[in-house]
Amino acid sequence: MVRKLIEKPIPSGRFWLVALVLITLPLMLIAKIAQLQVFPDAAKGGAFLRDQGDSRAIRQQVIPAYRGVIADRNGEPLALSIPVTTLIADPKRLQSAASQEQLEVLASALDISVTALHDKLARYRKKSFMVLSKQLPVEEAEAVLALRIPGVSSRKDYKRFYPAGEVTAQLVGITDKDDAGQEGIELAYDAWLSGELGNRKILQDETGRVIKDLSLIKAAKPGRELRLSIDLRVQYAAYRALKGAVQKHGAKSGSVVVLDVASGEVLAMANQPSFNPNDRSAFKPGAIRNRAMLDLIEPGSTVKPFTILAALQSGLFDLDSEVDTSPGYLKVDYKTFVDADDYGRLNLTQILAKSSQVGTTKIALQLDPEKTRQLFEKIGLGESTGSGFPAEAVGNLPAHTTWDAVTQATFAFGYGFNVTSLQLARAYAVLANNGVRREVSLIANDERFTGAHLFDPRLVETVRGMLQIATSSQGTGSKAMIEGYTVAGKTGTLHKVKAGGGYAKDRYTATFAGLAPATHPRLVTVVVIDEPAHGNYFGGLVAAPVFSEVTSNALRLLQVPPDSDGTQSALLSRLMAVEKKSES
Amino acid sequence: MQSSDFVRQLQTPGGNVKVSKGVNLDYMLVMILLVLCVISLLVIYSATGQDTFYVKRQLIFMMAGFFIMSVFAQFPARIWERWAFVFYAGGVLSLAAVLLGGVEINGAQRWLDLGFTRLQPSELMKICVPLMISSYIAKQAIPPTFQHVVLAVVLIALPVFLVMRQPDLGTALLISVSGFLVLFLAGLKRGYLISAFVLALAALPSLWFFVMRDYQKQRVLTLLNPQDDKLGAGWNIIQSTTAIGSGGWYGKGWTHGTQSQLNFLPESHTDFIIAVLAEEFGLVGVLTLCGIYFLLMGRCLFIGINAPSMFGRLMAGSVAFTFFIFVFVNLSMVSGILPVVGAPLPLVSYGGTAIVTLFAGFGILMSVAADSKQR
Repeated sequence: MVRKLIEKPIPSGRFWLVALVLITLPLMLIAKIAQLQVFPDAAKGGAFLRDQGDSRAIRQQVIPAYRGVIADRNGEPLALSIPVTTLIADPKRLQSAASQEQLEVLASALDISVTALHDKLARYRKKSFMVLSKQLPVEEAEAVLALRIPGVSSRKDYKRFYPAGEVTAQLVGITDKDDAGQEGIELAYDAWLSGELGNRKILQDETGRVIKDLSLIKAAKPGRELRLSIDLRVQYAAYRALKGAVQKHGAKSGSVVVLDVASGEVLAMANQPSFNPNDRSAFKPGAIRNRAMLDLIEPGSTVKPFTILAALQSGLFDLDSEVDTSPGYLKVDYKTFVDADDYGRLNLTQILAKSSQVGTTKIALQLDPEKTRQLFEKIGLGESTGSGFPAEAVGNLPAHTTWDAVTQATFAFGYGFNVTSLQLARAYAVLANNGVRREVSLIANDERFTGAHLFDPRLVETVRGMLQIATSSQGTGSKAMIEGYTVAGKTGTLHKVKAGGGYAKDRYTATFAGLAPATHPRLVTVVVIDEPAHGNYFGGLVAAPVFSEVTSNALRLLQVPPDSDGTQSALLSRLMAVEKKSES
Repeated sequence: MQSSDFVRQLQTPGGNVKVSKGVNLDYMLVMILLVLCVISLLVIYSATGQDTFYVKRQLIFMMAGFFIMSVFAQFPARIWERWAFVFYAGGVLSLAAVLLGGVEINGAQRWLDLGFTRLQPSELMKICVPLMISSYIAKQAIPPTFQHVVLAVVLIALPVFLVMRQPDLGTALLISVSGFLVLFLAGLKRGYLISAFVLALAALPSLWFFVMRDYQKQRVLTLLNPQDDKLGAGWNIIQSTTAIGSGGWYGKGWTHGTQSQLNFLPESHTDFIIAVLAEEFGLVGVLTLCGIYFLLMGRCLFIGINAPSMFGRLMAGSVAFTFFIFVFVNLSMVSGILPVVGAPLPLVSYGGTAIVTLFAGFGILMSVAADSKQR
């Protein structure tokens, strides 16, 4: 029965057929694998795939270069780079491989809400790179990386930090997100400060995490340190005084420059308004203007000492020369110049001390305009300082050939041309240096060209003496006085140019330029306060107190010995005597 | 090969079957399996980034597998023949249970949660189906008649359909292949074979248009040109061929493969484990592994040829060939010859159910071997 059911035993041929398949298929397979692995010439086999494997895992990575420190003249850092870590992510992978729990942990570590993280991931879902968090402190970033969330990796960077913050913001400037100079000294000396990027070969995994350093191709070359001529202590003093004055008077802006007379180095350059360069979110475009070098002003009465110098140089005037300023105004062609009062007959010292427009005009009209202009040109008004500071303004000094009588007069008291605060400080340094012009510098111990005597030192000394009286109780600049030190300086109160030409009646710039100690000058300080709005606008009331505060602090910080012991120099006695005589 | 004698002999009940003395194990099979297990553990350790978690679990699965194999090997082969239907029915029921309330991973519902571990019934069916078909066909006349063939096809089609619903086309195909292999070995008439072949060819387009899902079609298209979508569908295959290719003759050394260690390679400890081995041990490593597989299959076939019963022969033959097909499909998939179907490399890939099932299969095989010794 059972036997009948069996028609045929298992055909043994079947086994051989199967055996054939068993041999051929694996041989094909092995051939394929061997082609992939060891035959370099085969298309897309061997060496090609080995390179592919390498190219996935081995990358060249840029090593960021440490950007040089910007320091003040004493080595106090004004800008330095600190290492930070930028967290980056592969959004696709983060979204697909990270658990909800991991995303929550990540969000809280980044200090954002989970929904915000999800939104960001949704926005980047088609990308394979996104920045999770910019520039975290290294420890914070390491804490996040330690979570080993799939798709999250990091990049090392440096972040610029400005210890002095808003105090030096405009001068030092800022860097952009790629650590390149964007403004100020950071931009002007970018090549010096920025190092050279290095390169290294690294082994990385699929998320970009660096597994191993393979070899260094080129070491990063750090940038060099730059020492500015700034003395941070003086800078602080200048900034504090300026900020106080700008707030007190409701001014739009302001700047202070302090120069070292002997070297021409800028010891302080403060500006208002300012901003904190460490917090870009609060950045306002106007706040980054280094007004002391970028803003042009008409110098106004602060150039009167140079007109007086020109007068003394011409030989037409001397200490005793008197000018009749009655009746307190003077009509020249189409323009009337007005004094605050009818001062009567004034000598040169008094003209400066009272800042008489009529007196100055009368003198100016007797002088050769070409020679006056030449003098202004020699002391560098309207001429670049050559500092290389980005967008430094040059100003201008119009040619005398186009002048009419009115222009000739206004030129003498500082209208019709424009300069920067720094240029004005450079010009005053010529008075301080007994007639020698020195170029200014923002860099400590910079090599500089020192010029010859431009003027007779005795004449310069005389003008300085006159300016000393201008800052005495008899002058407009009495609020510039500093206890223990002699001071020489000149106020300026300027009508601002209004839109469409002419001068605005109610908008002023208050200025003061001066030097101290007057007997052996060490410092020149220029103060410019733009549009004081709270009533007071005279240079003598708004700018002179700032000069006094800044310069007195600076003199003490620099340990300049006090020179005012109550006695008067022979020159000063004589000037005072002249004054008394004319008053009697 | 005058093997028809023993078929008849077994068909006459009351044959003098001795009870074996001592523990029955085929020591050659055991040796080969041990070597494979060691290779598996080494490569999994490397593929999971030197993490011992998966290695430990795999070791536990292997030990469980060895235990089950040893137990299964102690029963005489006819027990398996008799109880095959129970295993089969249990497997089909658990497949149904998966569809009703299985655990979903990566969009496919393939697992049953047993509390202490997860069971993948479709893996069980890789042994249960050939066992069932062998048992069924061995009871019938050889070669099987038309109605027996039809019933056998239904028996194969039922679990295949259930697995396809998971969806797991790859495993479904493997299960049907393991079932049809038994029919083939049973000496299906040439006419059936040819008509089945023609039918299969004719069914291919309908398979493409009606059965296969978009992602499955995508895999086939990807195979034809993986560079089309490097970051998406082509990623796996590009990374794995890159891993294999970058191994060279001797490989980069254990735990030193960049593709696998740096997570470029997906599923590196499961389906794509051969790529890790290829990258770290080179062509030499791959050939060695293939050699071990050949030894294993050779031993299985040897047992089959010497088996005293029809069931034993069919069972041993189908285990050997099924094993071969699993290896072949996996290697072809990883090296870019076949589409990515999700087939693990037998005994080497990480995966509990697959390991235990295979060991169970070898246990049955050993009981078949014991029968032949007792003759």
